[in-house]
Amino acid sequence: MTVVATTETLTLNMGPQHPSTHGVLRLVLELEGEVVRKCTPVMGYLHTGIEKEMETRTYHQNVTLVDRIEYLANYNEEMAFYQSVERLFGLEPPPRARYIRVLMCEMNRIASHLMYLGAGAMDLNVSSVFLYCLQDREKFLDLSEMVSGQRMMPGYFRVGGVADDLPEGFVAASRVWLDEMAGRIDEYDRLLTDNLIWRERLEGVALLSAEDAIALGGTGPVLRGSGIAHDLRKVLPYGGYEEFDFDVPVERGCDAFARYRVRMEEMRQARRIALQALDRLPDGPVIVADRKVALPPRAELARSMEAVIHQFKLVSEGMHPPAGETYVATESPRGEKGYFVVSDGSNRPVRVHVRAPSFYNLQTLPAMVEGRPLADVVVAVASIDIVLGDVDR
Amino acid sequence: MDETSILDRLRPHVPWDRVSASEERGGAIVRVPPDALLEVLRAARDRLGLDTCADITAWDRLPREPRFEIVYILGRAGTGDRLMVRTLADGEPPRVPSATDIYRGAGFPEREVYDMFGVVFDGHPDLRRILMPDEWEGHPLRRDFSLFEEPVEFIGHTPKVPSEIIPYFPPGSPSGSGGEPPPR
Repeated sequence: MTVVATTETLTLNMGPQHPSTHGVLRLVLELEGEVVRKCTPVMGYLHTGIEKEMETRTYHQNVTLVDRIEYLANYNEEMAFYQSVERLFGLEPPPRARYIRVLMCEMNRIASHLMYLGAGAMDLNVSSVFLYCLQDREKFLDLSEMVSGQRMMPGYFRVGGVADDLPEGFVAASRVWLDEMAGRIDEYDRLLTDNLIWRERLEGVALLSAEDAIALGGTGPVLRGSGIAHDLRKVLPYGGYEEFDFDVPVERGCDAFARYRVRMEEMRQARRIALQALDRLPDGPVIVADRKVALPPRAELARSMEAVIHQFKLVSEGMHPPAGETYVATESPRGEKGYFVVSDGSNRPVRVHVRAPSFYNLQTLPAMVEGRPLADVVVAVASIDIVLGDVDR
Repeated sequence: MDETSILDRLRPHVPWDRVSASEERGGAIVRVPPDALLEVLRAARDRLGLDTCADITAWDRLPREPRFEIVYILGRAGTGDRLMVRTLADGEPPRVPSATDIYRGAGFPEREVYDMFGVVFDGHPDLRRILMPDEWEGHPLRRDFSLFEEPVEFIGHTPKVPSEIIPYFPPGSPSGSGGEPPPR
């Protein structure tokens, strides 16, 4: 009797409605038994045309839209957009504004990685970690509400600075949270890093070689988890990061565990940067004095006719950056977040393009899962910490 | 780190008379004609070690000709080396050669540029729409693709498009002019 081996593949749609796809990602998987032979990501389910919409609004109004792109890291997103607009103007925010921005971005980085840890653990059925992480993240959202009035989508940064100074008690409240986080991060570390189940599930899974990560455009923890020390805050400093002392964590494992380790260490480093910003927070104005760019202070409106005119012009017409094109890259919690902004000198941009880290990191997904069992797809998606608002824009 | 500027390092490896190089706002930019694009990208990867294509995007220069400018942002992992390569494309559909043979990571972004601007990348292995639905007509990020509001059934509702709500103030418009409708 002869046995005839047949190869029959099964096409399976994973998503768009699937709890482990972190939104509405659809993966078309070709399976041979349990093994994924081909993985094709299909996106666009969350495409809202933000880039087109931004062309019809003033630079001031656009902050409302950019907040909604990478919705877990709003402050980092605003930072990225305003770096580009400020490069067009040739503006440099005053020192206090730079420190406040760095402080908010780094605290947001911790909150974003907490969301990764919680949701990533939830995907692997570790549901208690999810609750702990959201509890901690909630405290950051309270801080965000203190400073901007909003828990998410803060709209706090402005061209040339930030909207308002830190409220009373904010510095102390941030310190309380950051001090608490030191112990909490260690606790998560003890809970997961030496946990046999956690390690077996992550180690050697979702492998991505350094060559693949570089060639496919992977950035952030995906690249650093593959052994490449590439952090834009170090190699192309922006927004005052060169004044801060921090390390870039790198892991050589190339697997989901390495990415997890990188993010855990990044939380500690982000805390270190945030504490430096709090310790050295300079005094002074929080926004530039250029009245063609920044709104006049409230008190001036009662005394100065000129201030009223400036206020009116800025609100009704907006600002006019010099004509030109620029691209500035920043390090968001997910990787390189860059804005390509084209101005024709009018009150609205001709083109705004968002270099979305999740979009490129998603491109590395097939390299991680092809030839591996189906169950590893969930681990791989969780390990690249995807934000579909960022992929689809 | 190499002290000479990235443009000086690129100079011996590309037909320098056909490209125009400049430094703008602290970034190195090379403008190349479409038929020299792949040569420049290959030189950037092989000779300069720019191993990653950080981004590919485009913008519509309407009403100027050629209409589309495609922008490649190249980088080197682990360093701050950056090079922006820009090329102009015209015609309907506008065509440029695909960079996927040189940078594997060009696959997704080229599909996005095709989807949003209708720029055809010759030689791309899988040039399909990526964000818009497959059956969508037109390319939404072109300047002549108007935003519109979907009709609703409320009585007395006049559809508005954002470009009519927010007036357009071209550079140097006189104070108090009230703006004007945007260029179509």
